Amino acid sequence: MYLSVSASRRLILMAYDVLFYLFAGFAIACAISMVYHRNPLYSAVSLVGVFIALSCIYVTLAAPFIAAVQILIYAGAIMVLVVFVIMLLNLEEDRPHSRLSYLYVVGGGLGLILLAQTLFVFYAVSSAPNHAVDQSETVGRTISIGRAMYTDYLLPVEIVGILLLMATVGGVVLARRLSQPQLELIVDQELERRNEGDEKNDYRIAF
Amino acid sequence: MESVLKTAFPFIVSTLAVLIAFQGVLMIVAYTVLAERKVLGWIQGRIGPNRVGPWGVLQPFADLLKFIFKEDLVPDKSTKFVYFLAPLVALTCALLPMVVYPFGPRIADPLGWLVPYVDGTAAAGAVTWVAEQARNMPLTIASIDVGVLFVLGITSVGVYGIALAGWSSNSKYSLMGGLRSSAQMISYELAMGASVIGVVMLAGTLDLNGIIFAQMHSPWYMRWFIIPQFIGFVVFLIAAFAETNRVPFDLPEAETELVAGFHTEYSALKFALFFMAEYVNMFTVSVMCTVLFLGGWYVPGLSHLFEIGSIPYALVSHIAFIGKISAFLFFYIWVRGTLPRFRFDQLMNFGWKFLLPLAIANLIVTVVIVYFLNR
Repeated sequence: MYLSVSASRRLILMAYDVLFYLFAGFAIACAISMVYHRNPLYSAVSLVGVFIALSCIYVTLAAPFIAAVQILIYAGAIMVLVVFVIMLLNLEEDRPHSRLSYLYVVGGGLGLILLAQTLFVFYAVSSAPNHAVDQSETVGRTISIGRAMYTDYLLPVEIVGILLLMATVGGVVLARRLSQPQLELIVDQELERRNEGDEKNDYRIAF
Repeated sequence: MESVLKTAFPFIVSTLAVLIAFQGVLMIVAYTVLAERKVLGWIQGRIGPNRVGPWGVLQPFADLLKFIFKEDLVPDKSTKFVYFLAPLVALTCALLPMVVYPFGPRIADPLGWLVPYVDGTAAAGAVTWVAEQARNMPLTIASIDVGVLFVLGITSVGVYGIALAGWSSNSKYSLMGGLRSSAQMISYELAMGASVIGVVMLAGTLDLNGIIFAQMHSPWYMRWFIIPQFIGFVVFLIAAFAETNRVPFDLPEAETELVAGFHTEYSALKFALFFMAEYVNMFTVSVMCTVLFLGGWYVPGLSHLFEIGSIPYALVSHIAFIGKISAFLFFYIWVRGTLPRFRFDQLMNFGWKFLLPLAIANLIVTVVIVYFLNR
């Protein structure tokens, strides 16, 4: 009896392993294809693939809420906007490389930092004490996330909310369409202000 | 060995359930297409398809055969990989939410009636064992804790199918269709999400079965959430029309201006995939409407007739569920036969300046009411 119980447990664990390597491999393949593709639309689609693979991994880690939100927000909202903009702009295919040469150094440095972080995470996880997880209190469940957000982390959540509100208002202000007289008035005022600034040698930031 | 079988049993059952549900949904979709042609015919004073089989019942299969045997044209200048990927994405994202639909209540002993028949034969042991395992079988493929979010998330990924189809065809009409569709779906998703939150707050759960149970255990005056959430229901229904690109919001495929919109360059089976995806999406939003606002499979007073968990109870519930969905599908067709198409600026203004504020106002009122109810 004991043997057979462990056999079924092994079966489940093996299935989880197979799923993990499947999704992780898919995520890495998509990430590589995102970086290597010249065509921005291909890169965007690859990034969507990364998000979907990650959310599959979240599901196997018993965090369905995070998985659903990952798909809903990143794949379903943000990346759709990115694809939308790429389709609208119709970017040119190639750009000269020379202009970006210093970015290789910056990118390499950031990559090293990221690698160090990853290794640190590996180290931290492997040295952490191994204890069984209480299924009823998994952090990925909706109720525990909600409780944590509105008790322990209330202030950060509020701050993020205000930030997002500010960004929204800013976006509306920038994108609003003014009537012709209003527009002329604003342009006149701005020109006046600049001329004043020239006289006083005052370098204020315009707009 | 037995415990390995026991572990494997749910997987086998899920696989079978996926196959059955897949077939079922596709059949419903096929007959929705036929019903659409028939009902549109009646609305316009015609007869509708009546040549293939009696009363035209075999028409969907004839259509499918036609799609399979048509020549598959691929535009020369298209981006091949994305061009092939797009219809697959569209149909996959349309079909995936199927795994969380609550098709009916749990059945206490679904296979128990089989046992007396096989008594004494060689298969008795196996059948008894399977019947034992199948106890308390849910009529849901996978009970995900966050079913509502899952459905919303997957359907929002479906936009890529249309957007990529429009982009990869390398045709002006397709691109315009794809752009319109992405803009429309992003805009109406907000109102849709906001209208769902009201129901989720009343139910206190994101699980689709949990929402049905919450409606079951509500006081009589809000037995179905359509009563306390009527504004939410209207907003959801309108947004659902826009999400599925149906009349009066079918601008992505407005045939008078864009030929056929995003699927202009698609032919044969690839076009059929888009066509099916649209009808499966209709089915999905009908399921969501039914579950969120009309109590899903729940029939008030049915527990007085049959014992909860018995097979007739589950059967009647399931038929009620399909019936409610069919009513929504009929409503879709009815609207298509009745309303003209919006202009694009009207569509955007309606979505952002009317529907979204309405949904948010409904949300705020619901928050206040739920707060005082739970105090």
